[in-house]
Amino acid sequence: MGLSLQNVDKIVGRQIHLKDINIEFENGTRNIILGRTLSGKTSLLRIMAGLDKPTQGKILIDGEDFTGVSVRKRNIAMVYQQFINYPSLTVYNNIASPLKMSGVGKQEIDRRVRETAEMLRIEKLLDRLPAELSGGQQQRTAIARALVKETRLLLLDEPLVNLDYKLREELRTELQEIFSRREAIVVYTTTEPTEALMLGGNIVVIDEGRVLQTGTTPNVYHHPATLKVAEVFSDPPINYLHGVADDRCVHFGENIQVPLSAHFQNLPAGKYIIGIRSNHLFLSRRDSGDTEFKARVELSEINGSETFTHMNHGDAPLVVQDDGIYPHKIGAEISVFVNPRAMFIYDENGALVASPGTGR
Amino acid sequence: MEKWESNKAWFLVLPVFVIVAFSAIIPLMTVVNYSVQDIFGPGQRIFVGTEFFKSVLSDSRLHEALWRQFIFSGLVLLIEIPLGVLIALAMPKKGGWVSVNLVTLALPLLIPWNVIGTIWIIFTRPDIGLFGAAINGLGVAFDHTAKPLDAWITVMLMEIWHWTPLVVLLAYAGLRSIPEAYYQAAKIDGASAWAIFRYIQLPKMRGVLTIAVLLRFMDSFLIYAEPFVLTGGGPGNSTTFLSIYLVKIAVGQFDLGPAAAFSIIYFLIILLFSFLFYQALQNVGKGEKV
Amino acid sequence: MAKIELHNIAHSYLSNPKNESDYALKRIQYEWEDGGAYALLGPSGCGKTTLLNIISGLLIPSEGQVLYNGREVTALPPDKRNIAQVFQFPVLYDTMSVFDNLAFPLRNRGVRETDVRIRVLEVAEILDLTPFLQKKAAGLTADAKQKISLGRGLVRSDVAAILFDEPLTVIDPHLKWHLRRKLKEIHDQLRLTLIYVTHDQVEAMTFAEKVMVMYEGELVQIGTPQDLFETPQHKFVGYFIGSPGMNFLECTLHGNIARVNGTEIQLEEKTAALGGNAKGKLELGIRPMYLEVHDKAVAGGIPVTIKTIEDQGSFRIITLLLADTILRAKLPEDKPIPDKHAWVRFPPEKTRLFAGARLIR
Repeated sequence: MGLSLQNVDKIVGRQIHLKDINIEFENGTRNIILGRTLSGKTSLLRIMAGLDKPTQGKILIDGEDFTGVSVRKRNIAMVYQQFINYPSLTVYNNIASPLKMSGVGKQEIDRRVRETAEMLRIEKLLDRLPAELSGGQQQRTAIARALVKETRLLLLDEPLVNLDYKLREELRTELQEIFSRREAIVVYTTTEPTEALMLGGNIVVIDEGRVLQTGTTPNVYHHPATLKVAEVFSDPPINYLHGVADDRCVHFGENIQVPLSAHFQNLPAGKYIIGIRSNHLFLSRRDSGDTEFKARVELSEINGSETFTHMNHGDAPLVVQDDGIYPHKIGAEISVFVNPRAMFIYDENGALVASPGTGR
Repeated sequence: MEKWESNKAWFLVLPVFVIVAFSAIIPLMTVVNYSVQDIFGPGQRIFVGTEFFKSVLSDSRLHEALWRQFIFSGLVLLIEIPLGVLIALAMPKKGGWVSVNLVTLALPLLIPWNVIGTIWIIFTRPDIGLFGAAINGLGVAFDHTAKPLDAWITVMLMEIWHWTPLVVLLAYAGLRSIPEAYYQAAKIDGASAWAIFRYIQLPKMRGVLTIAVLLRFMDSFLIYAEPFVLTGGGPGNSTTFLSIYLVKIAVGQFDLGPAAAFSIIYFLIILLFSFLFYQALQNVGKGEKV
Repeated sequence: MAKIELHNIAHSYLSNPKNESDYALKRIQYEWEDGGAYALLGPSGCGKTTLLNIISGLLIPSEGQVLYNGREVTALPPDKRNIAQVFQFPVLYDTMSVFDNLAFPLRNRGVRETDVRIRVLEVAEILDLTPFLQKKAAGLTADAKQKISLGRGLVRSDVAAILFDEPLTVIDPHLKWHLRRKLKEIHDQLRLTLIYVTHDQVEAMTFAEKVMVMYEGELVQIGTPQDLFETPQHKFVGYFIGSPGMNFLECTLHGNIARVNGTEIQLEEKTAALGGNAKGKLELGIRPMYLEVHDKAVAGGIPVTIKTIEDQGSFRIITLLLADTILRAKLPEDKPIPDKHAWVRFPPEKTRLFAGARLIR
C-alpha cells in the first residue's frame, strides 16, 4: 500500500503552496521530488511528515487515514539540509537518541547504533561531538540518526546541498546502496536534475505547487509530458524553438526545415514548439540525416572534456553540449547540427505531442 | 483526532488564564470599580461617575508629577539607548574576556531595586560615600537631600547605572547576529566606521532596539522603588515621579477613589506611548526610499 | 589592472604553530597575470578561502608577501587594494535602493555625484539591473542580489581584481547557467582579473582559463581545465576532477605491460620506460569516459562483470568489477551495453601511471 496523498491542497493566506496533489508511493521504493526553489517541495515533505496539516485533502499510510495525526505518532524520520544534530551529545548518543526515546533495551541500542554507524562509515567518530566534525561527517550522523529507527517513511530534504561537490557524489552512491537495503519508503527532494538522475527510482516533478509529472526517473526524463517538465528536468536547460508544421515539413527557428519523419511522421499541421536537449546539438556532422543550421557564438565554456557553447539563433538562446574542446570566438557564426530523431515536439500550450523513441 | 488536539491545547493554557485573571484582570476591574464609586465604608458606596477623574485631571500637583515623569523617561531613553549601543559596540566579540564582560555588566540587573536605592544613598553621602566624599572633596557642595538638582543627578546616575546593562545586552545580542561577511564587504567598499554603523549595524539591530526602547520606556515610566528609597520623593517634590505621587494619594491620604482613577489614566498613558513607539520604530525600518 | 604575486605565503590560525599540520596554508608561490580568469578549486578545509582573504587583504598572512604590480601590499587593508569581493551569500545594504547600493563604494570615495550616476547606470546595464534601480535591494531574488554584490565591485573603475568566494552557493541550478554566462561576458568585456573560489569543479572548469587545485593548504596543480583533465599530476587531481573521478588500479610493471591481479594491460612505451625508475606504489589511472566497454572479446580486452548501470540522461555510468577492484565507465546515451559480461580495454594513450600518488611523465 504505502503512502498516498489524495487531493491535497496547502493554501496559506492567499498563497498557494500546494494544489491538487495526488501521489502514491509504494513500500520499499525510492522517490525523488524534483522542483525549483519555492516550488513546494519542502511544504510537501512537511505534510508527509505531519509537521503541517493540509488545508484540504487526505494522507493515507497503508490505507489508514493519518491526515490529522501529529508527527510524533507517525513512524517517520527526517533529514534536513542543515546537518541538524544535538550539539551537546556525542555522535553515539545522537544516533541512539530516537531508540532511547522509544524505550529500546541498552544492548539492542548498542548493536543498532554500531551497525548504522558502520553503514555510514562513521564508526570511528562515535565519541566525538558534532562541533568537532566536518560538514560531511555531521550530515552522516544526521542520516544515521534517521536510519537507525527503521521507520516506515524516510524523508530527506535536499540533504546534500550544503556539502562539497565531490562529497555529494560519494554520499549519493552510498545512499543509493543504503536505500536499496531498506523496506521504508524513501522520499528525497532536490533541485538538481543530475542528482535526480543519479538516484534513479521514481520521480515527481513539481512546479508552483502542482505535480507536473510522475513516473520512473529515466522514463520521465526521456518523455517529459510538458515543456515545463522538460525545462525543470534538464541541466543545462532544454533548448526550444517555435515553429509550424505543414503537410510536408516542420519549419522552425530561422528557416530551419525538417521533413516529417520518424516519431513525428504524422504530425498534423499547426504551430508547435520544438525542444532539443543540449547534448543532442552538435558542432559537427555525425550522421547523414542531421539537419544543419547557423547560430552565433555568445560564449564557450570548457569543462576539461566537454564544451558548452552558448549561442544565439536569431533571438533564441541555445546551449550546445559537445564532447571535446571547441574554443570558438565570441561572435563567430558557426554550424550546428541536430538529428531530427532527437527532437521533442510540443504543441503551443507546451503539451507533448511526439518524443523520440529512446529511453529505457 | 483534530478536535481533541485543539481542546487539549486549551486545557494547557487554562492555568495561565487563571493566574492572569487573579493577578491582573480582577484587580484591574477592582480599580475601575473604585474609580467610579466613592466608598466610605463597607456597604456605603455612592456612584460618582467621572468625578474622581475630573478632580484628578485638574490636580496641579499631578500635572507637575506627570511633567517630571516625562522628562525623566525622556532623559532615560536619550542617554541609556545610545550609551548602551556604544558600550555594546566596544565589547569584544570573541575570546576569554567576553564572558567576564557580560557577567560584570549583568551584575547591576541582579540587585533588588530597593537595595539599589540604599546603595546609592550610601554612595553619595558626603561623609562615608565614595562618590559623595570625592565630589565634596573637589569643592562641589553636593547634597542630594537638600538640593533638587543634585537629587535629580543622583537619581539619573542610579537609574543609568542600573539599567543601561539591559540595553547593552540586547544590543550586543543584536550585533553578534550580523555575519562577518557584511563587515568584510563594507571594508572593501571603503565604508567609514560611521557608514558601517548607519547602514549595517543599526538596521540589523532594529529588532532588539525596539525591544530595548519599549522596555526602558515602560519601566522608567513606572519607576518607584529606587527613587523612593533614595530620596523619598524629595527634596520637597523635586523627585516625586508619577508612581510615587500615586502611592502618596492612595496610601498616604487613603483616597482610594482618585488614586484608582489616576491608576487607570496612568495605564492608558503607558499603553498609548508604547503603541506610538512601536509604530515609529516599525516605520523606520520601512525605510527612507521606496 | 594588476598583476598579483604571492611570495612564500604560509598561514596559521594558531599563534604558535609548531608543525605542518598547524598551517592552513603551506607553501604558496604564484603570479596571477593581469586580466586572467582563475579558479581556486578544492574540498572544504583546503585553504582556498584563506588564500582568497590573503589576496583581498581581509587576512594578513603569518608569513610571506603579497605584491600588486610589484608593490608590496601585504599589510594593506582591502579598501586600499583596489579589489572587490563577492561572498557566498548576497551582502547588501538592506535599507538602500539598488541604485544606492551600487553607488555606495563610489560615494565613500568622494566621487562626484554626476560621475556616480553615469557609472552606476553603465554597470546596471551590463548586469541587466536597470529596471530595478529604484527598488529596495532587500526585496529582490537571490541571483539579482548577487549581481548587485558583483556590481558594487564593477562600479569602481580602479578595481584591479574581483574575487569570488563560492558566489553561486545560494543560486538555483537553472539560474547558475545565466550567472556564469554573465561572469564570462564581463570577463571578456572588461578584462579584469577574476579569481573564483569553489569546491564545484563544473563551476571552476567552465569559468576559468587556469584552474588551481588545492588540497590541505597546498597548490597541487595549476593548469587549463584540459590539462587537469588529461594529465592530472597527482592522484588527488585525478580523483577530484571529473565526475566520476579517475579509476585507480594497483599494478606492477613488467617492460611495457602493467600487471593488475594477473591481467595484463598494455602501456605506452615512454610511460612504461619512466615507470621503471619510479619509486613508490605503482598505480594505473584511467578516466571513466576513456575506459572502453565492449560486448565481445577484443585485442587487449579484459573480462569484467557488470554490477550496475545508471541512466543519467545524456550518458550512462557502468560500475564494473575487474577482479576485486571496482571501476566505473562513462558511456554516451545511445551506445549499446552488454548484459552481464563485458570486456574493457585500456587505450594506452589515455592510461596514466602514478608512482607514490604522483604522475609519471
